[in-house]
This record gives sequence, structure tokens and C-alpha cells, in this order.
Amino acid sequence: MNRIERVSRRGFLGTAFGAGALVLGVQMNEAEGATPAWMPSVYLGIEPNGTAVIVAHRSEMGTGIRTVLPMVVADELEADWKKVRVEQALGDVKYGSQNTDGSCSIRDFYDAMREAGATARLMLEQSAAKKWNVPVEECKGQNHFVVHAKSGKKAGYGELVKVAATLPVPKKGEWKLKPESEFRYIGKEMPTMEQADHTRGAGMFGIDAKMPGMLYASIERPPVLGAKLKSFDDAAAKQVKGVVRTATIEGFKPPHNFQALGGVAVLADSTWAAAQGRKKLKVEWDLGPNGSFDSAKDKAEIMAKAMQPGKVVRNIGDVDKAFAGATKLHEASYYVPLLSHAPMEPPAAVAEWKDGKVVTYAATQNPQAVQESVAAAMGIKKEDVTCHVTLLGGGFGRKSKPDYVCEAAMLSKTVGKPVKVVFSREDDIKFDFYHANAGMYMKAATDEKGRPTAWLQRSVFPSIGSTFDTTAEYGQEFEMGMGWVDLPYAIANHRAENGPHKNHVRIGWMRAVAHIYHAFAIHSFVDELAAAAGRDRVEYILDLLGPDRKVPIEPVGMKYWNNQQGQDTYPVDTARLKRVVELVAEKSGWANKKPQKGRALGIAAHRSFLSYVAAVVEVVVDDRGRVTIPRVDIAIDAGRIINPERARSQMEGAAVFGTSLAMMGEITAADGKIVQSNFNNYPVARITEAPQMTNVYLVPSDGLPAGIGEPGVPPIAPAITSAIFAATGKRVRELPIRKTKLV
Amino acid sequence: MIQLKVNGSARKFDGDPEMPLLWYLRDVLDYTGTKFGCGAGLCGACTVHVNGDATRSCVTTMKDAAGKAVTTIEGLGAKQEHPLQAAWKQCNVSQCGYCQSGQIMQAAALLKAKPKPSDADIDSAMQGNICRCGTYQRIRQAIKIAAEVKA
Repeated sequence: MNRIERVSRRGFLGTAFGAGALVLGVQMNEAEGATPAWMPSVYLGIEPNGTAVIVAHRSEMGTGIRTVLPMVVADELEADWKKVRVEQALGDVKYGSQNTDGSCSIRDFYDAMREAGATARLMLEQSAAKKWNVPVEECKGQNHFVVHAKSGKKAGYGELVKVAATLPVPKKGEWKLKPESEFRYIGKEMPTMEQADHTRGAGMFGIDAKMPGMLYASIERPPVLGAKLKSFDDAAAKQVKGVVRTATIEGFKPPHNFQALGGVAVLADSTWAAAQGRKKLKVEWDLGPNGSFDSAKDKAEIMAKAMQPGKVVRNIGDVDKAFAGATKLHEASYYVPLLSHAPMEPPAAVAEWKDGKVVTYAATQNPQAVQESVAAAMGIKKEDVTCHVTLLGGGFGRKSKPDYVCEAAMLSKTVGKPVKVVFSREDDIKFDFYHANAGMYMKAATDEKGRPTAWLQRSVFPSIGSTFDTTAEYGQEFEMGMGWVDLPYAIANHRAENGPHKNHVRIGWMRAVAHIYHAFAIHSFVDELAAAAGRDRVEYILDLLGPDRKVPIEPVGMKYWNNQQGQDTYPVDTARLKRVVELVAEKSGWANKKPQKGRALGIAAHRSFLSYVAAVVEVVVDDRGRVTIPRVDIAIDAGRIINPERARSQMEGAAVFGTSLAMMGEITAADGKIVQSNFNNYPVARITEAPQMTNVYLVPSDGLPAGIGEPGVPPIAPAITSAIFAATGKRVRELPIRKTKLV
Repeated sequence: MIQLKVNGSARKFDGDPEMPLLWYLRDVLDYTGTKFGCGAGLCGACTVHVNGDATRSCVTTMKDAAGKAVTTIEGLGAKQEHPLQAAWKQCNVSQCGYCQSGQIMQAAALLKAKPKPSDADIDSAMQGNICRCGTYQRIRQAIKIAAEVKA
């Protein structure tokens, strides 16, 4: 249960609230019995002038979370949205997790936000009751006023704050949440706070942050993961006008975690001078064991391992016995390459080391990871790292990993001035934490109707675990939990396996993470089985999902990750998956749009981040094999949706993100070095390549909130290849699609 | 000494004439609405108007900007909000918002040249501007609203 208390407006929030404000904090999910320290994670304050200040502790990178969480508080508070101000929180463990990834901000904070709002509203009502000497039950908070209907009295929230701030904080049971019928903002279409700023070039991103007297750094990093600096000559670099000095950054100690990679930095009075100076550096590296890493060989190794028995992670029935007795067997292998996040704003931060402490302004998804990583790099306490969170020009998971903030802090200590680090696009693409490349082997036996009686699936990929543990070679519990051990189909014999693989570059999570390759293999294989059976793909998927039921997921040797939620609250529910399939089929006109040569629909349906999504993609393949996507239809059941407008925009964006990775995205390495460098050789979808129109259908629901930011991504790639097969007869088993000749 | 106009004000620059206009705008003048995205004219995030033409400021040197009039996103609607800015808000185009300055500057140049653009005109004008969040369909919609053509 959540605990709500009044907190001092002073202390670490000092500047956020004015004198006399009513400020409430909420402690999330307080454990029964053992009372931990008072560490509230949500702050809501009402200023004497009536302004409701809501502290956003999560990062805004385009999902709208800085607007959507405050909407929940404001609704229960009965606040006038025009009188709400959102303050961005510093990084602080007091907020609980601030890591803005995993599509969980609403899920984790919906209740706490409502309770904070309802508590404050009751205190304002109590204040009014005292003032008018009437029973509190007769006072009602309404759009920033407390109203006493009997007498017609009305008082603004601002004038009630002074007394409200002296009242004891009501306990659970005293305040009441609003009935859904009275929701003012929840479930309503609301523009995000930043829309106007974004049309004027206003709003501070990480790359825009400045500190007085700062130097701009451009860093020559080790070209191969783990390469050591042998020698460097900076004489010519120092001759460049504007260059102030050079400085080395020590290489990381394994595991690399979020540490700085190391290298040689050129510091100058402008971004341009620093970049020019860097070009004049002569640096020699000892490349080390990863210097022989080659993507073609790596892919061959992964695909070979996918043919070998791996570690069993889920086992139902007896797949081997069923295969032995089967008359019809199907096999296929799939491959997804390394991918780079490539947010439009590359990693950027400015930091100052002063008197043993660090202050930074950073485009970060995780300010507490900034505190921890910078503190570890500098040998100080994390409390001595102050992290101001700027707006993020996209994140997609890259900006959860604060190596770039460590670089800025380390350089600041060396040079004695604030230092700004901005990755060039080449730096961004060559020094990413890459989305893992993965190979999947699938095998099924089918009955006379083409339904699988046995299904084996095996995946091999370098694990994100390798970022934190150099010995990690198997998929972690969370990676296996992402669309691999939770196959929801009604199949009597099923085994899921995972094989080992070592990383040779930094591996990290990217929007939708392991769901991307798992969904590609599973739904492509479903599509192949449906085609082999000569059945309609929608009808086949519905049949495969079987009767409406909650599928208990019992993996072998691990828990079912399930986004760290119980299966009692967030079960794998086939009825919900079937519903989005039926909805998207209906809305896309599936039944009446039979495949034609060169034009067809494809479909895939996938549960991720506790949400259920089905996508229908229409492709046109011209006589030269070029693919365009006139239309995408996406249906999502994400439980209760706070802001349908932003849910739609996330689905539209996911269709484009999914198109980029399906059609064109690929990172490769040769001699340990990343080959790609910029948008010319790491293309992402442009307006001409993106789906022309994405229609989104939100399943109305008052169920528990689930993810929005990521779950739109996984079904897109397999739906595109499903459509390509229907339009051309060509089965694409490897991404990106552009590598397969379609005519 | 390089002289130019930025958002109507006369400016002088005596630094490296090879420095891209982008970094002059951002680092020297603090017009940070113009964004860095690729440094190679591949993504359009840095788009400004130079003598009215949509120009990638990351590959335009100060030498090339000499004597020219530069308008950034901050200058676009300084006197009166540009119809594109209003349309962008109406469509809630932006997600992270980072590329939108460049998108709007590119679209403004398009509407100046073609007040009633076709879909093909929009695709052709806007294909140099990347939005990684994937707001393209709303960008197209907003341009049509601003141009008062049927969406």
C-alpha cells in the first residue's frame, strides 16, 4: 500500500515550491511490518497562488509521460489543467525508480498518482469545511475550487492552502477516489505540455545545456571494444584554432557496464574546433581479442549454434516423441542483425566537477544510473552527483546508459572546467550499446489441419547480461521472458531453448528489446505454417490461440519475468490477444482484401510489456522488388489508457520504428570495428519509406494499465514479411528485408 | 570578418570561415532551436532558411553564409505565428520534438514555393528530414492543414 505524507518544501526540492505551499509525498508500496525510511516518490504541491505543481520524476523522450502522469494527479485533485505546472525532478533515490524504460511508468505510478491527488483534494475540502464551519462531506473539490452546494459558497484552491497545509494528512479510507464517470482528464485526449515549445525551437535538450566557462569535447574512443590506448600524438590537434588542450580518459575495467569507453579527448571553445582538433589526433591502439570480430562469421556461428541443442527454458509434453511420430514436419531459421538506437539527438551531457562533487545536465532516461555511474567513475558518493534531467531528443533505451555523462564528468575533473560531451552521429552509431543480433531455429509437427502438435524453438544471441557480467552467455530471465518462454498457443508439446553466445560489442536494450527477434521468428513461423496448411492467416492465428484462457507460464530454471508482475494480476490471456486480432482484421478489411500479385496484407499479434497488440500491414512490391507500405492498422489492448491521443502517437511511431528495423536497419563489424557511421549507411525510415498511414484502434478497457511505448514495435516486422510473402511468394527469413531479392 | 543577418539582426563573425553555420548559431549565438543530427546533410534536423531557401546548416560554412540572411526556427514566427506552427500544434505532431524545428523550416520553404502542395510535393520536399519517433503522417497532415489543402 502507498503511504502519503506531508513533506517539507525545503530540503532537496527547495526551489520547486513557494512558501506556504501544501506539499505531499507518496511512498510507493510500503511493505507491511518493516517500515523503510520515508522516501516519497511522487510529489504534488499546491502553491498559495493556486498553482498545482506536479513533479515529473520520469524522463520525457517523446512518449508524453511528462504530461500523462500529471493528468492522473490533476484528475483526482480536480485541478484546472491550466493551473498545473510540471517540474522535472532531479535524479534522487527518494523517487524510487526513475528509469524511464520498460513501458512501465503508468503501470507503476497510476495508483500512487491518483491517491496523491485524492488526498490533496480532501485536505482542501477539509480546509474549506473549517472555513465555512460546515461538514466536510458537503464540500466538493471541483475544477480548482471547493464548492459548498447548500450555501453556494466557493473558494479557490489557493486560498485554502494555508489551512490545508496545517491539517493532518488523511489516511487511506478517509479519502475517496473519483468514480470513472467523473474523470476529467483520465481517458481524455490531451495535448502534451511541450507541443508549443517544439514548434518554436524552445525547450532544453541535453545538447542545448550550457554551463558557464565550459569546454566542448570531442573524443577519439577505442575503435574495438576493450582496445587499449598504445600511444597518441596531439601536436597537430593542439595547433587547431580554438583547441584548448587534450586529455585522456582511462579505459573501463570489465565488465564495461555504463563506464566510459576511454580514449583521447580534444577540448575546445566550440563544438566545431573540438571536432577539427580530433581529426588531427594520431592515435594507436592495441585492439585486443575483439579485434578479430567479424559479423559474417558471427552470424554463421549463431546460426550453427541455433541448430544445436540449447538450454531448455520451457518444456510442455514431449516434443521429441511427437516429432518422431509425426508425418509432417516444418523447419525454418531466422536472423535479425545488430541494430543501433540512433535517436535524433545523439548522447549529450554537460558536467562540472567541483570540490569533490559533480553537477550535470544530461539527456538521460535514468538519472539515478547517472548518479551511480558517475560516482563510481569519480570515486565519490552518488549523493554527491546532482543530475538535472533535460528533455531527450529520443531515447529508445540508448539514454538509459550514461557512459557519455561519465566522460563529461571525468574530463571536467581533468581540465578543471565544466565539459560538454556531444556524440557526433558517427560516434553514436559506432559506440552504441547495440540491440543484439539473434538467430532462431523453429521446428513444428502438424496434424491434418496444419495445426502444430509439437513446436520447438531455439534462440541464440549475445545477452544484455554481458554488459554487467563478462561471463554471461545465455539469455537472462528478462530476455527469455520477452516473447520466448510465454508462447500462448494451444500446443500439446512445446519446448523453448536458448543457446550460449559471447558478445564482442556492447549489447543493450532497444525499444521492445528481445521481443523484436523473438516475435519475428515466432510470427514468421506461424505465417509459414498457415501458408503450408493453405489456411487464412487470421483464422489460423485464432485457432492457434485456442480457447479463451489464461495460460500459466512455467519456465524451466527461472521465473517468468512478466515485466516483474504476477501472473495473477497480469496473466497471459488468450482472449485479449484474440480480441485484438479480430479487431484489427475487421478494421483493416482483411476479409475483403485477398492477396494480389504485388499487393497484399500481412498480420502478426504479440503480447509484450503486458499489452496485447495485433498489426495488419499492407505492402506493395513493385516489379523491381521495391517495397512500400501504404497502410498499417494496429489494435492494442493496454488496459486502461490515460491519454488515447498519446497512445495513438506511440503506435504510429512504433509502426515507423518497426519498419526501419524490418526494412533497412543493420549494424555490422569488420576487424572488430563497426562498419556503419551515419544515416547514409545506417538508414532509418524517411517519410517516403515509412507507412503512409497508420490507423490505431484502442480496446476500451478499465483493466490494469499496461505498456504503450514499446509493444507496438514487435508485430511490425513479421507482419511486413507476412505481407511480402502473400504478395510475392518470397519468404524473408532474415532482416533487414532489403538484403533479400524479392523479384 | 564575415557579416550576415540572423533573424533580422546584423552579425559579425571573425572565427574559422570553415565552421558550419549550425555551430555558429548554436554555440555562438545560442539559437539552440536549430538541432544537430548528422553533420553531413543527411537528416535535416539543422534546417534553416538562407536567403529564404531551406538549407542544411551543418554543411553550410560561415564563408558560404557571408552576406546572406539566415532565419532560424526562433525567427520563423517571431512576429506572427507561422500557419505551420499552428497546424503542428493542432495535430500534436511532436513526440520528442527534436527534429521538428528542421521539419517546420523545411515545410515552410515548401509552402513558400508551392502554397498548395500535392502529396508527391510533400514527399519530395520532406524526404531529407528524418523523424526517428515516426511522426511523418502527422507532419503530412499538418502541412496540408497549413496549406488549406484537403487532407
